This record gives sequence, structure tokens and C-alpha cells, in this order.
Amino acid sequence: MKRPVRLALSLLLGLVASAARAAPAESWDDILAKARGETVYWNAWAGDEKTNAFIAWVGQEVHKRFALTLRHVPLSDTAEAVTRVVAEKAAGRDAGGSVDLIWINGPNFLAMKQQHLLYGPFTQLLPNIRLVDTAHKPSTVVDFTVPTGGMESPWRMAQIVFVYDSRHLAEVPRSIPAFLPWARRHPGRFAHASVRNFLGATFLKQALYELTPDPSLLQQPASDANFEAVTAPLWAWYDELRPLLWREGKAFPESGPATRQLLDDGEIDMMMSFNPAEAAVAINAGLLPETVRTFVLARGTIGNTSFVAIPYNSPHKEGAMVVANFLLEPLTQAHAEDIRQMGNFTVLELAKLAPEERKLFADLPASPALPTTEALGTMLLELHPSWMTRIVAEWEKRYTR
Amino acid sequence: MGEALHEIAAAGTAGESAGRPRGLLAYAPGLTVAVFLVPIAAGLLGTLFPAFGYLPALGGRTLGWAPWQALFAHPGFPSALRLTLTTGLGTTAAALALATGFCALVYGSTGFRRAEALLAPILASPHSAIAIGLAFLVAPSGWLARLVSPWLTGWTSPPDFLSVGDPWGLALALGLLVKEVPYLLLMTLAALNQVPARAQLDIARALGYGRGVAWIKIVLPQVYPQIRLPVYAVLAFSLSVVDVSLILGPGNPPPLAVLAMRWFSDPDVGQYFPAAAAASLLLALVAASIMLWRLAELGVAAIGRAWIARGGRGLSAEPGLRLAALAVGLLMALSTLSMLSMALWSLASTWRFPAMLPSAWTLANWRHALERIWWPASTTLFVGLAATAASLLLALACLENEARSGAHPGSRALWLLYTPLLVPQIAFLFGAQVLLLRLGLDGTFLAVVWSHVLFVLPYVFLSLADPWRALDPRYARTAACLGASPARILLRVKLPMLLRPLLIAAAVGFAVSVGQYLPTLFAGAGRLSTLTTVAVTLAAGADRRVIGVYVFLQSLLPLVLYGLALLLPAAIYANRRGLARSG
Repeated sequence: MKRPVRLALSLLLGLVASAARAAPAESWDDILAKARGETVYWNAWAGDEKTNAFIAWVGQEVHKRFALTLRHVPLSDTAEAVTRVVAEKAAGRDAGGSVDLIWINGPNFLAMKQQHLLYGPFTQLLPNIRLVDTAHKPSTVVDFTVPTGGMESPWRMAQIVFVYDSRHLAEVPRSIPAFLPWARRHPGRFAHASVRNFLGATFLKQALYELTPDPSLLQQPASDANFEAVTAPLWAWYDELRPLLWREGKAFPESGPATRQLLDDGEIDMMMSFNPAEAAVAINAGLLPETVRTFVLARGTIGNTSFVAIPYNSPHKEGAMVVANFLLEPLTQAHAEDIRQMGNFTVLELAKLAPEERKLFADLPASPALPTTEALGTMLLELHPSWMTRIVAEWEKRYTR
Repeated sequence: MGEALHEIAAAGTAGESAGRPRGLLAYAPGLTVAVFLVPIAAGLLGTLFPAFGYLPALGGRTLGWAPWQALFAHPGFPSALRLTLTTGLGTTAAALALATGFCALVYGSTGFRRAEALLAPILASPHSAIAIGLAFLVAPSGWLARLVSPWLTGWTSPPDFLSVGDPWGLALALGLLVKEVPYLLLMTLAALNQVPARAQLDIARALGYGRGVAWIKIVLPQVYPQIRLPVYAVLAFSLSVVDVSLILGPGNPPPLAVLAMRWFSDPDVGQYFPAAAAASLLLALVAASIMLWRLAELGVAAIGRAWIARGGRGLSAEPGLRLAALAVGLLMALSTLSMLSMALWSLASTWRFPAMLPSAWTLANWRHALERIWWPASTTLFVGLAATAASLLLALACLENEARSGAHPGSRALWLLYTPLLVPQIAFLFGAQVLLLRLGLDGTFLAVVWSHVLFVLPYVFLSLADPWRALDPRYARTAACLGASPARILLRVKLPMLLRPLLIAAAVGFAVSVGQYLPTLFAGAGRLSTLTTVAVTLAAGADRRVIGVYVFLQSLLPLVLYGLALLLPAAIYANRRGLARSG
């Protein structure tokens, strides 16, 4: 919640701007040459220290290898960066914008795409894009049901898992309906993040997936006509669950890391995470006790991909593309997947890599808290972004007192 | 306000009519006013128009009530309003009562001197830093619980009760009190210098009044008019604070200021309208609260006069005062423990409930953080130094102009100076941002420095004005008789003699700058972050060990400057004892 700043500009200056430019046909060498000496402002959510450290590492590497400077503009919500570009466009700042690269996906991507705030398509220019596993990881090209169309480049995978402290819990709920009897036996021992946070909203989406009679509807935009009927089972379930949550559902941790802190403090015994390796990473970093373990729901959990996109008015598009391509390098991806670093699963298809590159992944350290790909089970596709927007609004209406 | 402006400007014209043009210096008061009043006024307009739906860029071309309807229709609005008013008014009343009770009971004793020494570190630490520590301290799994578990409480895992973020805003009020009480204490101390309190108290004691009641009946009525503006500043701040609310306040719904903040930054630009309405409402609430407070003052004064006239010696009131003094002691202990707990976290490797202290220690947190902290830390340092230097220059120019022209600005000019502290930040910062954008200054170092000067200047001016005006004019006259020019008198006589208060004013100004959250966010446009903006962002849940490092540095920087302000004069004037200590 930071910079309504640029917005103010749009407001009072009141200018209108033109549409996004198309990517020029350039060779990668041209792009590399132009990128030299540029300073790329990467606007990225900064709530997780491990991710911040990874971004700092990327900055050092691209500085060494491509002579460009990467500056992390810390956000507490990705929407801040979207707002900034919206305001710049409204103010007529069609070149020389303040954002060069955004860590983005889902509703924010859709919003920017619809308002023509993105540069591209550009991913076809990136040499490493061919290494991406589009076959087994369809979310690398379909972002919350919206085709990426080359307007954003993937860099890490995410999938819902649940993390619990095996010292305190002998049993865990393996389905959404099972949360109710479980919570009655363990009142106050589970918390989800605030629904204004994507993680809290995703918990409700996961619940909706399992509770609604026809989940295929969720792949279409929500409408006034069907929203109430489709989500009715969700609210019935949540009305029962909420009083059994931490603090009787009257307060919620603001973010994923805040929820993890509660688990570490022993205030709760179970939490949801969007990174299957979160438990392993956190144990390694001393942020969770060694007794935490990871599980998924029997019928599968929602997964998605994190992307980077370039605003249409970025003054450093070449530098931004060099960073996007660097993020897809096998070495970078292996570094990201290392549980001593960030622990995020790769977007690459290992079969496409050279043997020595595959070895980078095979040599990564293991952990009892790290689920195997098989244990993760079915990855469910994200819902259309409109569901998330409406669920959050409905939740606020129902439970803000 | 027009009259007040006139008063400040009069200081400029008086000299010229005396036939002594003083060049640039005569413009100092005008410039000072322009630096903060014009942007604030522009900012307020930039918030008021959208509050009534006028914002052509977003399609709002007609004035109407729609934004207000949207605000009132928000499901959390009634709670947010109640929360804002109860925490704002309640905190201010409690802070004033506690500060008064403490002074009444402890004034003149050795404990009073000791408390004074404790005030410095508490006041120098940014509000958000103490709030972050406090959030850990009072949580059910926090340090206080850890200190008494499980041996006393039997808790092996933390109890499930609501503390931080409680819907009544009690944690928020506590977080405000730990800073506001010391602030009012300090203001009272400064005011006491103007009152022959000790002699009057001796007489009252001789007449049989209890020590505390003598203070309240005789000293307080003389002190209060001087701390009235600081009290209003506390009131305005408590009603509209954002960073402390984010850390300690409830979130569902939050207080109005946070609600406005959320909407202002919503990617749905339509939310800008209700956001502006909420910010405008906050402005109205602050204005109404100050008026209400003024009315209450009149009522209390009327009752108080009757009470004083009755002549009761009031020995029975002492236990109540003792309670207040105890509460102040408790608050000071809480803020000290808060800072200490974060310092411990910065050195902890593992520290889980219910361990009293970290079970494993490490320097790794510092090593890792230092790689990334130098950028926000150096921004904090340079912005703070620049804002302090600019404020010192403006304040000095105004005071020097005042001294040379002989015009003494009255209490209305003081109100002008206090404006940035009385207007809710959220109500004008958004609008003021437009001004910066027009000038192409948003996200620049200059813009951040300017936004800090708004809040640094009043404090620098206030802490410098008294010693400056108290300097015996005969020194300057003697120098003038010896043929020194006004500039030479300033440089060779006044500044050296006032070095200590100058440095203290600088330290105060720097501490204020370090603590700024909202202004840094707006003017910095995200490109410039300070220790405070990073710490508040991290406080949303990141690794406590890392937060500990930030919070520690956040408090350390102002403290180091404060220490320098105390030590430098002593070192420089080692051979002039009077200058090293007095001032």
C-alpha cells in the first residue's frame, strides 16, 4: 500500500495516452549491447527475505555478466506497481516510465494486458524461453486462464501446500470438507492470511474448487448471474470454519510470512503456503522448527507461475529482457530451487537441458520437509481472475465488522 | 491564518521602515511559510475536489456526494470511525493525564532528572521502531509471555487471545502512548523553564498543600497554555497515524487513515474517490476534535478555578498521582524492553516460545543484512542530514531576522509553524504529490528532503527558538559597539555561543526525519526507501531477525547524532566550561 502517488498525477493532470508499442525485431546481440549500462528498476513484492536475497543475487550476477544495474523497488503489493503505470499512462508519460520490470501474474497481469500497459510480445526474443516446460507446466503459458501471449516471461512455479508442525499434530485434513471436523478438534490452531492478501484469497479459491458442484465454471469469467450460486457452498463452509480459526477468525495475519511467523511462534500448528519448498527453506533458515512437514490435498491443489513483464513505457526494455532471460538460465533456476536459497520449483523442462545442467538440479540438497514432484499430486489450474476479485469483495462484505 | 501571515511578514517590513534594509534575510519568514504552507494548501485542495467527485482524469467531472456515499456504505466504516475516534481522543487524554500526573508527583525529585535522561533515547527512536518491538513484546507468544512461561503461567504453547491488532485498538493506543507521553513530558519540561515553579511550590507546600496537588493547582494552569499546541499535535497525530496503525492496529476494518491509504493505492482507480472522501473526513475529524478539546479545556478551566478556590489541600489525591507515575514508569519500561527485544532478535539464530532468551546466537543476521542495508541506511542518513540542514538554515534565518528587526512574532505565528503537525498527513500528501509531479520532482532526493522539512522544521524551530531568544542581547550589542557587522556577530558570537542548542535542534530534527513514513513513501515514489519505510514493510511479517537489524539501526542513527550533539560542544569548548555546558 504505497504509492498512490502517481495516481494523484493521473487525477489532476488528466491526460490520455496511446496504446502499447509492439516489440521491434532485434537480435539478441543487439539487445545485449543496448542493455549495457542500463539501470533496471524491478518492482517486486518484498515481503519475503529469501526472495529479496535472490533478487539481490540476480542483481550482482547481471552486473558482472551484462554490465547492467538491477535495482529492486520493494512492493508490499504488486498492485502498487500496476497503479503506478496506470497513472503514468493517464499522465501521458508514454516514455521514460519509472517501472522497467514487474513481478506479476493473475489479476494484475490481466489488468495490465487489458489496459495495454505492457510491452511485447517479447518472450520470443529470449534465447532461454525454449527451455520452459510448457507441456507439463501449462501455467507457464496460461496465466489464471489468460494466455500470456508472450507479454510476460515465467521465472518460478508455485503450488498450494500445507505446512504443519508434526510435533503438535498427528493428523491433518486431506480435503477441504475435512477442515471442519479437524478444526473442531484443533480450534484456533490454523490461520490463513488476510483475504486482501493473494494467499488468503487463494485459500478461499482452493476451497471453492472442491466445494462447488461444477468447477469447470471457474475457468470462465464470473458473472452477476452465477457468482452467488457457484460460491454459496463456499460461504456455508467458511461460516462454520471461521470461528474455529486462530483468534476466532476476528484477526488475520497480513501475509504469508506473517502466517509462518505464527507457526514458528507456536501460535498455530498449520498454515498454507504457495511454495512447496517453503517448509524446507524455512527450516534451513531457522525460521521454522525442524519438525514441520508438508502435505497437499488429496484431490490436488491450485498451482500457478510467477512471471516478469515489462511496462510499455519502460525506458530500459533491453535491460529488462536481459534480466528476464537470465532468470531462465539453468544455473539461475537451479540456484532458485536450492532450499538454502529460495526453494522455488523450476519452470524449465529438465529433459531439454544439457547433462551438466541437469546435474545442477540433481545435486540440490534434499530435506524431509520437501515434497517430491509425485507427492505434490495433481496441480489444478488457476481460476479466472474475476473470481478472485469477486471473492475478496464478497468476503469483505460478509466479514468486515 | 491571514493575520498570522501578516505577523510573520511584519517581522520583515518592520526593519525596512526603520531604514535598515537587510536584503535576503527579510525574505526568510515568507520563504519559510511558502516552503510548507503553499504545498499543504495545494495538497488539501487536491484531496478535497476528488472527495466530491471532481477529477476529470478519472471521468469525475461533476461535483456530487457519490464518494461519500461509497465511504459510508463500506461495511467496515462504522467500526473504522469509532476506532479512529476512540483511539485518537482516548490516547491523547490518557497521554496528557499520565504526563501531568507524573510531573506533579515527581517534579523536583531525583527521579525526575533520571526520567529526563531516559526520555532522549525513547524520543529519538522512530515511532515505528518502538511499535515493531512492542508488537513482539505483547503478543500471546511474545517476550512478556515468554518471560513468565511456562513456570508461572503453565503455558507450553501460547494462549489464543487477541492482543496485537485487537478490534478495540488497545494495542494501537499503547503503541501511541509509549511515544506521546515522553513527548508531552519533554514539552512540559521546556514549558517549566518559563515558570518560577520551584518557588511557587515551596510557598504552596508551606501553606499545607500536598506536593502533587500543589503542582496541579499552581503550576499546571501556567504550563498548560504553553503545551496546548503540542497536545493538539498529539491529538491530530493519534487520529491520523498510519505506520503505527499498520503494525499494531486492527486490520478488519482498520482505522480511517489506513482505510484511506488502502483505497488510494488500489489498482482500481475508482477507489480514489472514496479514499479522498475518507482523507477529507479525517481532516474534518481532526478539526472537530481540536475544537471539542478546546471546549473541554474551557469546561475544565471553569471547574478547576472553583476547585482551586475551595482551597482543599488535596492530600487524598496522591494515590491517583502515584498510579499515573507508575504507569509512566511502566510505559518507559515497555519501550525500553521493545527496543531491547529487537536488538536481541537481530543477534538471534533461534528463539522460540517459551524460551526467555534466544537459544542460539549469531552475527549472520547482521552480515546478511548489511549487504542490502547500506542503500536505505545511506538514504536515511543523507535525507536526514539534508532536511535538518535546510530546516536549521530556515529557522536560523527567521530567528536572526526577528532579532535584527526587533519584531516578535506572536502565538498565531506559532500556529502556522504547527500546521504540518496539525493537518493529517494523509489529507494533503496525495494532493501535494501532484505538485511534485508537475515539477518533475517525484521520486527524487530533493522531493523526499522537502517532504521531511515539512515535519522537521517545526521541531527544529521550536527547540531552537527559546535558547536563541534567551541569549543575552548585550553580547551582540557589545560586538556591534566594537565594530562587528551583523553577519560577523552571527558567525563569531551568536552561533558559537549557541552551538549546543543548535546541535540539539539538529539532533531532534534528524530524529524526526528518520521516523517519517508516509512522506517518504509519497515523495520517494518507491525509488527512495529509508530504514523506516523498509522496516514498516518488513513488519508485515518478514523474518524478525532481519527486522531486528533494521529497527536497531533505525534507533541507533538518531541516538548517535544525539550523542554527538551532547559530546561535540564539550570537546570543542574543552577550554571554555561555560560554553561546553550551558545554553
